[in-house]
Amino acid sequence: MKKILLTLLVTLPVAAWSASASNWPMEEFDGDLQNLPSLQNGFKLYANYCIGCHGLQFQRYERTADDLGIPHDLALKNLIFTDQKIGDLMTTSMPKEASKAWFGAAPPDLTMVTRVRNPDWVYNYLKTFYVDDSRPLGVNNKVFANVGMPNVLLDLQGVQREVCTDGVCDQLALEAGSGAMSAEEFDSAIYDLTNFLYYVSEPARLERQRTGVFVLLFLIILGSFTYLLNREYWKDIEH
Amino acid sequence: MDKSETQSSNSGLAGAMEWIDKRFPASETFEYHMSRYYAPKNFNFWYYFGFLAMFVLVNQLVTGVWLTMNYVPSGDGAFASVEYIMRDVEYGWLMRYLHSTGASFFFVVIYLHMYRALRYGSYRGPRELLWLIGMAIFVALMAEGFFGYLLPWGNMSYWGAQVIVSLVGAIPYVGPDLMEWVRGDFLMSETTLNRFFALHVVALPLVLCILIFVHIVALHHVGSNNPDGIEIKKNKDENGVPRDGIPFHPYYTVHDIHAMVVFLFIFCAVVFFAPEMGGYFLEKPNFEMADPLKTPEHIAPVWYYTPFYAMLRAATFPLFGLSAKFWGLVIMAGAIIIPAALPWLDRSPVKSMRYKGSISRMMLTLFVISFFILGYLGTQAPSKAGTIAAQVCTAIYFAYFILMPWYTRVEQTQPEPERVTV
Repeated sequence: MKKILLTLLVTLPVAAWSASASNWPMEEFDGDLQNLPSLQNGFKLYANYCIGCHGLQFQRYERTADDLGIPHDLALKNLIFTDQKIGDLMTTSMPKEASKAWFGAAPPDLTMVTRVRNPDWVYNYLKTFYVDDSRPLGVNNKVFANVGMPNVLLDLQGVQREVCTDGVCDQLALEAGSGAMSAEEFDSAIYDLTNFLYYVSEPARLERQRTGVFVLLFLIILGSFTYLLNREYWKDIEH
Repeated sequence: MDKSETQSSNSGLAGAMEWIDKRFPASETFEYHMSRYYAPKNFNFWYYFGFLAMFVLVNQLVTGVWLTMNYVPSGDGAFASVEYIMRDVEYGWLMRYLHSTGASFFFVVIYLHMYRALRYGSYRGPRELLWLIGMAIFVALMAEGFFGYLLPWGNMSYWGAQVIVSLVGAIPYVGPDLMEWVRGDFLMSETTLNRFFALHVVALPLVLCILIFVHIVALHHVGSNNPDGIEIKKNKDENGVPRDGIPFHPYYTVHDIHAMVVFLFIFCAVVFFAPEMGGYFLEKPNFEMADPLKTPEHIAPVWYYTPFYAMLRAATFPLFGLSAKFWGLVIMAGAIIIPAALPWLDRSPVKSMRYKGSISRMMLTLFVISFFILGYLGTQAPSKAGTIAAQVCTAIYFAYFILMPWYTRVEQTQPEPERVTV
């Protein structure tokens, strides 16, 4: 059985004590908000796999579609599966009370998950679900130990198991061919999804940085004039 | 009709000014506070921060007004309304970041402004009242920041306020009732949020503006101190103008305008490129809505309170039958208020650090270092080593003040110059 396991994911030699979840060696995530195809794909994945349980209750469809370069009619047809309108907030249709009964806690809103945690955390969390029969839902997570969320991306990623050497389980291995995507395809999909959440956490980020460049340039020009003005007045004062 | 009278009443601007001056002392006020206010000509870097503090105040007032237009002070609506401002209000993100970054920068410039006073003895006579008014401004500013921090209704807002309000509960006998009275409820709730909102947007800004006005009136009455700590009014020319003084306007207005632009460059670099400042200006748990059932892993106030928070936590043992928490409160309140006694603690024959002795310099250096260490410790989760370090630094902090009457008298000072050094 072990022979058909292929070690695909990143492994790191870590000390025995650090096998606990919080010490999982995090892969770095480098968001790119100018990569519209990535963000659009992330939106698509979110609409298909996430929004059923996790709302983005502070963000609107219209703003998202506009920022990501998606025409409204296309968004309404392919990304909004409820009777919501384009100007509505991206709430989940799952009732909070019911979900509390089903999962023990209502699935959190994810509008600002990359700011509450950080983008690296989200990226690694989504990639490190593994089979664990001791858990009620049969899955556990390396970044968020004993998480109450089912592995909703199982179909895409495939079955992932822990690899233990000398009782230290610091690696994950994927059963080849068990998912609809290859490991590279899945990594790229998770990148897009995380990138999308990174965008949603602060939609004005790009505009902020763009504006900032002009503001600072303006201040440099203004500052050189105020410097000269000051020098002009003070040249007569002995100081 | 006299010719000159005709001219003056006809010539546009001058005529208008004359008309106003007959009814309101506009020119007189401008001269008294600006063009004929003589400031020492040897101001250095440390003298920018009073003006910059006023500049940040204006920023806070203006952005605050715009934020209030869309903010909803309710338990259900507060957090969502902040995100509404961040996403749906045109340039709402800019108003919000200017305000949140402004809060931190307010304390940066105020701490530097206060350090200047310690360095050059600006609290010494005849400026005792000026210093006391300044201390009142500092306390009001701390309260203003504290009330404002609850308003976003994030989880750190909630729990941070909970921790500070619960300090009141440590007061013997009346504590628990007093705490309930402050909160207006049995726990932090919408009632608390509403009163903090009222205090943050109406009461304290009003108090601050009045105190700052009085601060400036007092300053212009006694005149500015300078890095040499000598009185320029002692040496006046035949017109009664201090020989080492120059008119505030235009010399220091052009000075301050340039300082403002340099300040704005640093300020805007943060606003536009690092508004969270690595979790120090906007803390991570505050991006999650307040949840009375979910305590953040580590509750820490915003950085500008952390020196005092570390002193609060440095009290670890009960004394005279009163809890450690109560003594922590006493130490923290004492640490905030004790600088008010400075005018009477400093017995040195000279004002400025330039002419004071080596003990004064060493004590000021230790004081500043311990303040920084306390600030760092306050951001960290409590630890054994951290607590000991905080206790040592708290002792140094207080020693700076309590030992001052002694060390300022025994040390050898240098003679002050007759005229300011440029």
